[in-house]
Amino acid sequence: MNRALALIRRRLVGSVFVLLIVIIGTFLLLEAAPGDAVDAYIVSTGGDTGLIEVLRHRWGLDQSELTRLANYLWALCHLDLGQSVTFSRPIRDVVLERLPTTLILMGSATALSFGLGSALGIYAGARPGSFRDRFLSIGSLALYAVPGFWLGLVLIVVFAVDLRWLPIGGIETIASGKTGLDRAADIATHLVLPVSALGFIYLALYLRMMRAGMAEAWRQDFVLAARARGLSRRRIVLAHVARNALLPLVTMLGLQSAQMLGGSVVIESVFAVPGLGRLAQEAVAGRDTPLLLGIILTSAVLVILINLLVDLAYALLDPRVGASEAGA
Amino acid sequence: MTALLSIRDLSVAYRGNGVEVPALQGVSLEIEAGERLAIIGESGSGKSTLALAIAGLLPGAALVRGTIEWSVSQLQTSRSFTPPSVLPDISLARGEIGSFAVGSPPATLEIGESSDDSAISPLAREMSGRTEGGVKELQPKFVPLLGRDIGFVFQDPSASLDPVMAVGKQIAEVAHTHLNLGGPRAYAKARTLLERVRLPDPGAAMRAYPHQLSGGQKQRVVIAAAIAAGPRLLIADEATSALDTIVQAEIVSLIRRLVAEDGMTLLFISHDIALAAELAERIAVFRHGKLLELGTTAEIVNAPRHAYTRALLDAHLGLDTGPLRRIGAPA
Amino acid sequence: MNGLRRLLRTPEAVAGTMILAVLFAMALSASLIFPGDPQAIAGPALLPPFQDWSLPFGTDRLGRDVLAELFHGARTSLAVGLVAAGAALVIGAVVGTLAGFAGGIVDEVLMRITDAFQTVPGFLLALAFVSIVGPSLGVVVAAIALGAWTGPARVARAEVLSIRERDYVAGAHVIGMHPLEIAFREVLPNALPPVLALSSVIVAAAILTEAALSFLGLGDPNRVTWGGMIAEGRAVLRTAPFLSIIPGIALVLTVLGVYLAGEGVVETTAVRRSLS
Repeated sequence: MNRALALIRRRLVGSVFVLLIVIIGTFLLLEAAPGDAVDAYIVSTGGDTGLIEVLRHRWGLDQSELTRLANYLWALCHLDLGQSVTFSRPIRDVVLERLPTTLILMGSATALSFGLGSALGIYAGARPGSFRDRFLSIGSLALYAVPGFWLGLVLIVVFAVDLRWLPIGGIETIASGKTGLDRAADIATHLVLPVSALGFIYLALYLRMMRAGMAEAWRQDFVLAARARGLSRRRIVLAHVARNALLPLVTMLGLQSAQMLGGSVVIESVFAVPGLGRLAQEAVAGRDTPLLLGIILTSAVLVILINLLVDLAYALLDPRVGASEAGA
Repeated sequence: MTALLSIRDLSVAYRGNGVEVPALQGVSLEIEAGERLAIIGESGSGKSTLALAIAGLLPGAALVRGTIEWSVSQLQTSRSFTPPSVLPDISLARGEIGSFAVGSPPATLEIGESSDDSAISPLAREMSGRTEGGVKELQPKFVPLLGRDIGFVFQDPSASLDPVMAVGKQIAEVAHTHLNLGGPRAYAKARTLLERVRLPDPGAAMRAYPHQLSGGQKQRVVIAAAIAAGPRLLIADEATSALDTIVQAEIVSLIRRLVAEDGMTLLFISHDIALAAELAERIAVFRHGKLLELGTTAEIVNAPRHAYTRALLDAHLGLDTGPLRRIGAPA
Repeated sequence: MNGLRRLLRTPEAVAGTMILAVLFAMALSASLIFPGDPQAIAGPALLPPFQDWSLPFGTDRLGRDVLAELFHGARTSLAVGLVAAGAALVIGAVVGTLAGFAGGIVDEVLMRITDAFQTVPGFLLALAFVSIVGPSLGVVVAAIALGAWTGPARVARAEVLSIRERDYVAGAHVIGMHPLEIAFREVLPNALPPVLALSSVIVAAAILTEAALSFLGLGDPNRVTWGGMIAEGRAVLRTAPFLSIIPGIALVLTVLGVYLAGEGVVETTAVRRSLS
C-alpha cells in the first residue's frame, strides 16, 4: 500500500505541471481566436458598440496579457471556467451537466472493448498460428481501420432503421416520464448502439495487444519451467501467460482514454447523445471558443485522473512496480 | 540393480534454416533406480539436450531417434497415495511400497508376475512381451508424467518462476495439479516443502514474489516445486551454475539431502566435474553429443580412460585439486 | 529490387501494397478521368448505383457524380494523411532528439510539454485549432500533426538516450563537432528506424482524423472529402444509405491498405537491421 501511495504522490506532482502547461496553452489559443468575449457578447446581445470599451474595462480585457493570464489562472482556482457565449451560462455548469453522460458512455465502451477484446485475444493467443488466431488477427485489423462515425451510421441503418430493434439516437425517450429502473432500462437501450460503435473500434486494439502479449509471454522461460512442473495447458494459459500479458493492456487503458474522449465527439454527434463530446461539436458550430477550451481543460483533467487510477491498478497488479524505491 | 530408465541409441538433431544440427549422437545409457548420476560436459556436449529428451521437453522442431524406456514399477511403487484413476491392486501391498521408501531396490519380479505389472500401471500404453529366465521386462511406450514422475530444475531460477505470482502459490499449484489437493491443503503442503528446503521464514516466503528473493532462495523454491509431487527422478540441469560459490555448495548439499530422504534418482547435469564428483556415484562424460566415458566417480576421477576426461580433470586447477584426487583413493 | 521482393513477402503486405497502389492511381488520375469540378451537377439527384453506367456509383442529393467525388476525395485523404504524418514525424523526431541528447532541464521541459499534448485528446485539439484558425487544407494538416507528434517524440527520445552512450558519439565530441551537429548528423539518422516504424499507424490515424473533421463540417469546404460525403449522405440515410456507405468502405480499404503495407515495411527494415 505504501508503494502505491508513494507512486500517486509522485505522479500528482508531475500532473500539476502538465496541467499548468495545458492551461497556458489553452489561454494562448483563446488569445489567438479572432475577437474576444466582448465581441461575442455584443453580437449575441445585439448591444451597441459604444459599450465595447466599457465592457472591456469591466471584464479586465484591456489589461496586459500577463495580467489576463493571471486572472485566468485565478479564476480557474475557483473552478470558474468563464461564460459560454452560446448558452449564456457559466461554462462550468454546462460542462458538469453533460459530463456524466459521457462518462457512462466511455466507461461502458471501455468495459466492452477491454473485456471482450482481451478475452478474444486470449482465445487467439492460446494457440498462436492457428486458424482462429489468423482470423481474429486479420479481422481485428480490418475493424481498427473502420471510422467510428461511419460504424455508428452503419449500426443505425441496420439496427434502428431496417430492423427497428433499437432507437436511432438520444439518451432516452423524450418526455416519457419514466423513473427509476424503467428509466435506467430506457437509457441503457439508447446507449447500446453508441457504446457498441465506440467500443468495437478499441476492441480491435485490445485484441491485438493481448494476442501480441500472449505470443511474447509464451516465449518467456518460466513457461518452459511451468511445463516442466506438469501444469495443464489451460492453467498455464490462464493463470500465467494471460496474467503476464495483461499488464501492458492495463497501461494501454490509460493511454486510450484520451483517444476515446476524442472519439466520443463524433459518436455523440452521430447518435445525438447529450454529452461532453456533443457539447464540443456544438461549441464549434456556435464559434464558442471559451466553451471549447473549457471542454479541453476538463478533458485534460479527466485524462490525468484516469491515468492516475490506471497507474494505481497497474501497481497493484504488478508486484515489481516501485519495489526498488520502496526497498522491499 | 534395476534400471529406472534405459536409453538406447538416442540421437537428437535440431532443425534450423533447412540444416540439421546434431545435438546427441547414438547415446546409450542406463540409469539405475536410486542412484546419483552426473552428466559432465562442456557447452555443446549435448548434456542439456539429454536432460530435455528424458523429460520430454524437447522443442517440436527436434528430430529424435532411438528409444527411452522406463521401468513402470520403479515409477509407480512408492506412491504414498493413489490417484483415483488407479485400480487398487494387490501387488502394491506386496511389500514393494514399504521397501522403496528409503531407496533400497525392490525385489526383482519373476515369471508369472507380468500380469501384475500391467495391472499396476494405468499409464502404460502397451504391454510388453516377456522373456524367459526371470529377467524383468521393461514396458515400452510408457511416458512418464512431468512434475509427477520427473522433477526438473533449470539453471536460472529467475527464469523458472512467474514474476507476478507469489512463490507459495506456484508451489501449491503443483501440489494441486498432481496430488489433487484442494486450496488450503495445497498451501499447507507448499509451506511444508519450503521448510524442507530450509527457506528462512517459510511463512513470509509463501507470500513473497520472486524478485524479493535472492538467487539461492529462488532456486530453493524451484526445487521445492520440483519435488512437490514426489517424483522418482530429479533432473538438475546446471542447477547451481548461475549461483555464487558458497550458495552453490548449499544447494548441492540440499539436493543431496532431499534425494536421500525421498529415495529419488538424481540426474545432475554440470560442466563442473569437481562439483559432480562431490555429489555423484557415477559420472558420464559427454563430448560433441557422444557419450565418451561412463564409470563410478572413483574410476573417472582416478583412472580416466580418455584424454579428454583427463584434460577436464587437469583443467580443474586451484585449491580443490588435491582433495579431488583423494576422494576416489581406495580407503 | 531486392527490397521490393522482401517487402512483398507476406500475403498481407502484398494486399496492402496493391490497395495503396490502386489508391494512388485514383488520386493521381482523378483529374484525367473526371475532368472538371467534381462538385458540378452530373445527373439526376439520388440516382442509385449500378443503374446508369456513365454514373456507376450513382449521384448524391444534388446530383453530383459519386464516383468522381470518390476519386477526388482520394486525393484529399492521401494528401492530408501523408503530409500530416510527415509533419508529425519530423516535429516528433526533432523534439525527441533534442530532449534525449540535451538531457537535463531541456529534457524535462520538453517532456512535460509532450505530456501536455498527450493529455489533451488529439481530436479535441484539432477541433479547437481548426475552429479558431479556420478550415482549410493546410490548417487541417497542422491540426492533425499537433496531436500526432508526441508518439514519434517519445520513441526518438528513447532511441537517442541509448545511442548517446555509444562510442561514435564520444568520438565525434573528441574531434570537436558542435553538439547540435552531432545530434542531427550522427545521432538522429540512427534513431530514425523505430520512429519510421510508427509511420503507417500515424498515416492511418491522420486519414481517419481528417475524415472525422470533414464529417463534422470542419474540412476544407472547397475540396471533396470522403468524410464530407458521409456527412452529406447522413441526411438521406433512410432512403439512400449507399451515399454514406460507399465512401466509408473506401476509407476502410484505404486505412487497411496502409496498415498491411506498413507491416510489410516494418518487416523489411527489421530484417535489414538484423542483417547489418
